[in-house]
Amino acid sequence: MKILVLLRQVPDLVEDLEVDDSGKALDVSEIKFKLNEYDEHALEEAILLKERGEADEVVALTQEGEGSEKVLYTALAKGATLAKSIAISGEASDSAQFAKLMAEAAKAEGGDMIMVGVQSVDDRDGQLAPIVAASLDMPCISAVTGVKVSGNTASIFKEYSGGIMAEFEADLPAVIGIQAAEQPPRYAPVSKIKQIQDSAEIGSLSASSSNGASSIEVLALAPPPKGEGAKMLDSGKDLLDVLKDLGVA
Amino acid sequence: MSEHKYQDSVQLEQVIVDGMDISGHWNKMFVPRALTQFDISGLEQLRDIPGAESINNCYQCAKCVGSCPVEYVGSYGPRKIYRKLQIGTNLIEDDYLWLCTTCKNCVRVCPKEVNMGEIIPAAREKAVLGGFIPDEIQEMLQSVSEYGNPMGESARKRAKWTKPIKDSIKNLAKAEEGESVDVLWFVGDFYAYHGRGNDAALAMVNVFNRLGVDFGILGEAEKTDGDSQRLVGESGLFEDLANHNDALFEKFPHKDLVVNDPHAYNAIKKFYPGITGNTRNVTHYTQFLSSRLDELKALMTKSFDKKVTFHDPCYLGRHNDEYNAPRELINSIPGATFIEMPRHKEQSYCCGGGGGGMWLDGLVANYTSERLSTNRVREAVETGAEVLLVCCPYEVSRFEDAVKAVNAEGKLEVMDIVEVINACIPEG
Repeated sequence: MKILVLLRQVPDLVEDLEVDDSGKALDVSEIKFKLNEYDEHALEEAILLKERGEADEVVALTQEGEGSEKVLYTALAKGATLAKSIAISGEASDSAQFAKLMAEAAKAEGGDMIMVGVQSVDDRDGQLAPIVAASLDMPCISAVTGVKVSGNTASIFKEYSGGIMAEFEADLPAVIGIQAAEQPPRYAPVSKIKQIQDSAEIGSLSASSSNGASSIEVLALAPPPKGEGAKMLDSGKDLLDVLKDLGVA
Repeated sequence: MSEHKYQDSVQLEQVIVDGMDISGHWNKMFVPRALTQFDISGLEQLRDIPGAESINNCYQCAKCVGSCPVEYVGSYGPRKIYRKLQIGTNLIEDDYLWLCTTCKNCVRVCPKEVNMGEIIPAAREKAVLGGFIPDEIQEMLQSVSEYGNPMGESARKRAKWTKPIKDSIKNLAKAEEGESVDVLWFVGDFYAYHGRGNDAALAMVNVFNRLGVDFGILGEAEKTDGDSQRLVGESGLFEDLANHNDALFEKFPHKDLVVNDPHAYNAIKKFYPGITGNTRNVTHYTQFLSSRLDELKALMTKSFDKKVTFHDPCYLGRHNDEYNAPRELINSIPGATFIEMPRHKEQSYCCGGGGGGMWLDGLVANYTSERLSTNRVREAVETGAEVLLVCCPYEVSRFEDAVKAVNAEGKLEVMDIVEVINACIPEG
């Protein structure tokens, strides 16, 4: 059983985000990137499966670029068996194009399960798992909080809103969007990462499928407009007055 | 049983006393329990770790237990750790490993030189490599490796606290290599990011300025000193932090390297040299200011008419033997009456924040009746003091929380010594 984990670097929200001069994109020159939190959970779940003997291989994949080596060495230090960076020719200008490129790389690598974080700060629509699955003609289950593998099938626990859980059975290969691993993502000690840097090698893949122009056009990007602020009321009577003025009491 | 000294004693098949059958099997109740019956592989593993060998010296006199700050609010101490090891505990995988605050009070009284100050970080290093890390510590380590501070704050905002300063401050983060200052001031995480730490940092700037000190800060380039990371066993991260900060010390020539955090003082003085090969002229701010006491006294003309007491930080006192510098400053505060707490100087009680304790409140709470800082603040309140003075940036937030916990709000104030010094200097 071979699991591929797709790792994405996303803008670190600890920094203030700014819009660039075009008014249509983030100013990435000032941004610090970090590994997407949900992807850390995807990696953790994959490593747990390996530790439980339900998976043999965990391959960490990420787009080649600044910081990608650190992401991959850290994944290896945590327990991934192999790490590869994906060289992408051209630019993915929306999450659908990006997902297709990832699907191409995943296909080239080959695996029984593809795990990704359910969403990311720059992709709240959570489309990576479904589009990768559609591109590869595989089943997809997203918002997952637990996976058990037995032979060629997987039991998958999916979370719905309102505290409802469902258990699915999926034939492998399948694409899983991880919401949360069964335990918090582990910490990779610096000395372990350094040791891995000296001994392990990072492989490479490439993806170049041309999808034509993006079907999405960004018209403008701006921080949310500031509200007029809140008014502090002194008593219940004041509240009643406000409600009366609004005609609701 | 045949070789035992009780072998000749009479063994009855059945014993009936007052009509009650108390017959039993010849069992462990009647023979001394042999320690070999327990699995001591955990103990053997621990004493094989470089740095942790002295655990083997313990002969269980228990002097340490009476001195252990965690024992005051729970059940702990090196002797109890040793006992657990004897009966089969593997410390590396046990919560017990994380209760020690590395305050070193046990080391002070131990007749056998069992050095928990070395054993605990060595054992934790093994735990960290094996993945046995409490969640709270894991989160802290992740923040430090990502941002260079344990709060997970943006590294770029490390100098944001300087904004209220009217005159400019020399921020060397953007300066050319070789820019020199008399005092290179290592501000530290809590002064840079914590609200109450900011207050003390601004006071420090004013005191420097009024003394006419030529000083500079490392601003956004500075990273946490790493001592707490070393003490929770993340030696690789500590090494990176030491190399990073020391390269900055090298880059900007200075006469004195002043720190406000005793943990930074400890790390830079004792542990950076082993990694970087460089020795720095590092002084704690209480030492730096007490060396300028005459000038400082001339400036401190406003009276501070309050009863004050003082908490010795473990990493300035027991770890680095500095008890006088803060006291010299306190005794120079005009109008103040200084009352010592019963547990002071060498016997000072730990605030609970050292050795990673700052980030272990959740885990430690499972084993203690109250926070160590709460226990300490009770003692401060009992002295009748109105102000609890501190000179370690970890303590302001810990003790202010504790003041609330013991309902002493309005009765006891927590202040950094430098805040009081600054309050005694009139504007001008």
